[in-house]
Amino acid sequence: LVSSGGLKMSGGTRLENANPVIFQRSGERLLTASEEDEDVHDPIDDREIFDILSINDPEHPLSLEELNVVEQVRVKVNDAESTVGVEFTPTIPHCSMATLIGLSIKVKLLRSLPDRFKIDVHITPGTHASEEAVNKQLADKERVAAALENSSLLEVVNQCLSTRNI
Amino acid sequence: MFPSAFFFLDRRLSLTSSQPHTRARGVQLLSEVLHECYGNLTEREVEVLIAFYENRLKDHYIITPPVLQGLRALTKCTVLPPGSAVSMLRSLFQDVHVQSLMLTERSCVYNMLINLMETREAELKGLGADFVFGFVQSMDGERDPRNLLLAFQIAKNIIHRGYDLGKFTEELFEVTSCYFPIDFTPPANDPHGITKEELIEALRAVLSGTPKFAEFLLPLIIEKLDSDVQSAKLDSLQTLTACLSQYEHKDVAEFLEGLWTSLRREVFQTSSERIESAGLAALTTLTSCLSRSVLNSDSEDSLSTFLDLVLKDCKHHLCEPDLKLVWPSAKLLQAACSASNRASHIITAAVMPSLIDQCTVIPPVCLSRPSTLEESVFSAFRESLCSMVFSALSETNSSLQITATSMLTSLAPVILIIMTNLFLSSLLCSEPMDQDNNRVASEQYSHHAVRQRCLSALAAVSTQPSIVRESTPVLLEVLSSAHTGNLVGFSVEEVVLACRSLQRIAEQVQDTEETGQCFHEVIIPRLLSLALQAALQGKSWKHVMFPQKQQGDSWSQSQMVCLLMGCVCSLPRSVEVPQIDQLLSQLEEMSCTCSHPLSYTSAAKCFAGLVNKRSQGDSLDSLIQRTTKRVCSELDSTSSPVRTQAFTLMIWVAKALLLRYHPLSTALTDKLFSLLGDADLGAMAADGFSLLMSDSADVLNRGCHADVRIMYRQRFFSENSAKLVQGFNAAPQEKKPNYLKALSNIVNKLPKQETVLLLSLLLEALLCPDQGVQLSTLSCLEPVLINPPPALIQQLEALVSRLLALICSSVRIASLRCIHALSRFPEHEILPFRARVLRALARPLDDKKRLVRSEAVQARGEWFLLGSPGGR
Repeated sequence: LVSSGGLKMSGGTRLENANPVIFQRSGERLLTASEEDEDVHDPIDDREIFDILSINDPEHPLSLEELNVVEQVRVKVNDAESTVGVEFTPTIPHCSMATLIGLSIKVKLLRSLPDRFKIDVHITPGTHASEEAVNKQLADKERVAAALENSSLLEVVNQCLSTRNI
Repeated sequence: MFPSAFFFLDRRLSLTSSQPHTRARGVQLLSEVLHECYGNLTEREVEVLIAFYENRLKDHYIITPPVLQGLRALTKCTVLPPGSAVSMLRSLFQDVHVQSLMLTERSCVYNMLINLMETREAELKGLGADFVFGFVQSMDGERDPRNLLLAFQIAKNIIHRGYDLGKFTEELFEVTSCYFPIDFTPPANDPHGITKEELIEALRAVLSGTPKFAEFLLPLIIEKLDSDVQSAKLDSLQTLTACLSQYEHKDVAEFLEGLWTSLRREVFQTSSERIESAGLAALTTLTSCLSRSVLNSDSEDSLSTFLDLVLKDCKHHLCEPDLKLVWPSAKLLQAACSASNRASHIITAAVMPSLIDQCTVIPPVCLSRPSTLEESVFSAFRESLCSMVFSALSETNSSLQITATSMLTSLAPVILIIMTNLFLSSLLCSEPMDQDNNRVASEQYSHHAVRQRCLSALAAVSTQPSIVRESTPVLLEVLSSAHTGNLVGFSVEEVVLACRSLQRIAEQVQDTEETGQCFHEVIIPRLLSLALQAALQGKSWKHVMFPQKQQGDSWSQSQMVCLLMGCVCSLPRSVEVPQIDQLLSQLEEMSCTCSHPLSYTSAAKCFAGLVNKRSQGDSLDSLIQRTTKRVCSELDSTSSPVRTQAFTLMIWVAKALLLRYHPLSTALTDKLFSLLGDADLGAMAADGFSLLMSDSADVLNRGCHADVRIMYRQRFFSENSAKLVQGFNAAPQEKKPNYLKALSNIVNKLPKQETVLLLSLLLEALLCPDQGVQLSTLSCLEPVLINPPPALIQQLEALVSRLLALICSSVRIASLRCIHALSRFPEHEILPFRARVLRALARPLDDKKRLVRSEAVQARGEWFLLGSPGGR
């Protein structure tokens, strides 16, 4: 799934984009009265998915949100039809981490959403050199499953998904 | 004899060679040897060597450098014969033209001078002005910064150690001041590390070292201040400040006008903040230099001459608030003002009247200015200053208020007496405003606002004991006038504010003997008597305190018992309360019968406070038994109208006894346990445990000398946890929440270890179908899980299954949190549960409530990471 270049980061080699533009994080979601009302059904919405995706970037001690890799407008969920679509934007067009980021997003969603959802993770069109190849890899269930069998790859994904120690 | 004499002889040929180069090499060798062994020479040898070297100075110029090195070595000798220093210097000054030497040789000369000045000061002084002249000649034209540092050091020594400058004062000044202001940029990667600042400091020490330079230096500074170079200006101003601190008024007298013009220009047309502040500092030093002069009968007072100049130029600017020169003028005046008492008197006298006229227009300036003044200066302006400050306080402009308040604070000691007078006159005397019916309400309102701010200001300034002594009586006066009724127009808010102000003073004032005394002798008695007066209104205090019959309106008096509580419960244990038995029985009566919550609670607390301090013995025991009996009988009759009162008394007495480990506390706490099952009081009883276990703010704490034993909480817990568990197990389902609440109240105040004993109870409670029980159990459990005791890990299986059973119930959020907390347990313990937990957590991921889903997502995410590479 991932080209060997994508695994080098754990060795602390030079960062590809050491000084990215940082975006402000959106605030905590405000609690509404209906959310506290036990009888009301809260559908899963875009913001909820977006909040789930507060994943660390493998290259930076920053979240994907702060790097603008994941934006709320690029998260689409349809609770009734059980579909989730996430577009992510690599920080630079030739980012070798793109596949890894996509994989992390996918794994995070798999772990956090009910089984019924069909999860589609792909690169924002026109933002990456090898967009198509990466999208194809991410869409292939078999290859995703195989990638997660690879313990060193799983290790990197898990590191991305660990809650940050601030 | 000189140890290397043989070598000397061998070298005779080279020393007497006709070739100057050969001679030079010979002398060089000798000098180098001397550098190694000058400490071993005898006086006689030194004499010979000096004579030889002095002679060599007259030789060919090429020999001079090694000769100078040799002489320098000799100057370091401790055995230099008398007179040799002088003769050495004479021949040096006579035969050598220093500035035509190379850098190192010049440095050699300066070092010789420095060495000799250290050891042969008296001899050098004997040379008189010739020495100064010789030095001036030597350094004239020096250009190397390294040598300049040495030369400046010599010049400084000459000046500071009192060498006779003779008629060469001006020459010495010229030869040093030509470097002023220093303009030096060290070359890049300079190995010597000499900085411009070093040179500036060294030169400044020379120039400002003696008043004899004044007539030359001051014109120079005035001239350099005209320079456009910022650093030159700054250096000039700083040098001026430095020298003025040495000078006397007669030194500066003739330059005052020029100096003032320059300083004024620097502040009025300032280009940088540093220059401005340096200028102001110079002005302050100048003013203080003039202020400390001793006047002769015939000399004019140069201070007033100078200040006249200052005032002439600045005063009229203050009256033109629109012009931008207001601030610079104010700063100049402040700077001059802060120099000395006399200066501030003169300036204040001249400026204050017009300032006060102006203060409605440009208040910030006027207000901030006097803050640098000293106390006595204000005497003449008290009234107007005060009204100014107060009007400023009532302004809406916040920066103005801040200025006014800071001024109040800085002027507190002076202004206080004025303020108090003003307060009394403006607050206490009957207000014309209130009698004048024509006044509109809004004015009345603003008047109240001013008063309130006055009160706050008064409280704010009362931080020193001396001020407290003055200010508190005013506040007390406000209080007393308010309720003796001879004053109208005090709103309730104002009176309350006066009380608050007193409280604030009590909190912030420095805790000294003086304030303590003030509080004890004046404030507390007055306050108490005021409070009692307010309640009494003609009745005897006993009637008030303990009204014989419960009347609907009697609470306003009966609540006075809270004052009584404050007094008697704060007394040290050694103090005997008069008529204590009577007091206790009346307190008990009141707490059991009064219908007013504050009254009966205060009575109960007061009773408890006294009981806690009573000495051990039969009288105490019988008192407790009597009270316990009464309380229990009231509590037992479910129809009693005073059950709440009885309960309140019980809980406070129980606390009083529990704190001191009194054995009779058990009867009361047992009663409390039994009340957990009571239909009406059950919830209150559960809350009562919180009261038992926490510190009380006003009574029964160590601060009011209560008898508090250490670890009473742990003791209570260990004695009673069994009862609690028993009671819980025996209780009907609907009563269980009370037990758990009581439990959580106790557990929250206990160290973690203690809760281990309760684990089985908590686990048991998780099975209870009642939601309330489940919820309070889970909230008890969650903090325990963060630092799990080993006993809990042994029961992990039960814990996990019971928690998982709850993740779809109505307490699922709390349950999910506990499961989340479980993920931080030691990995090997919880790994076996991973698959099961992950499976179970899939369901709440699709919960209809977002809050539930969010907890589930977090918990599941953590459990996924468990045992996975890169996870945890």
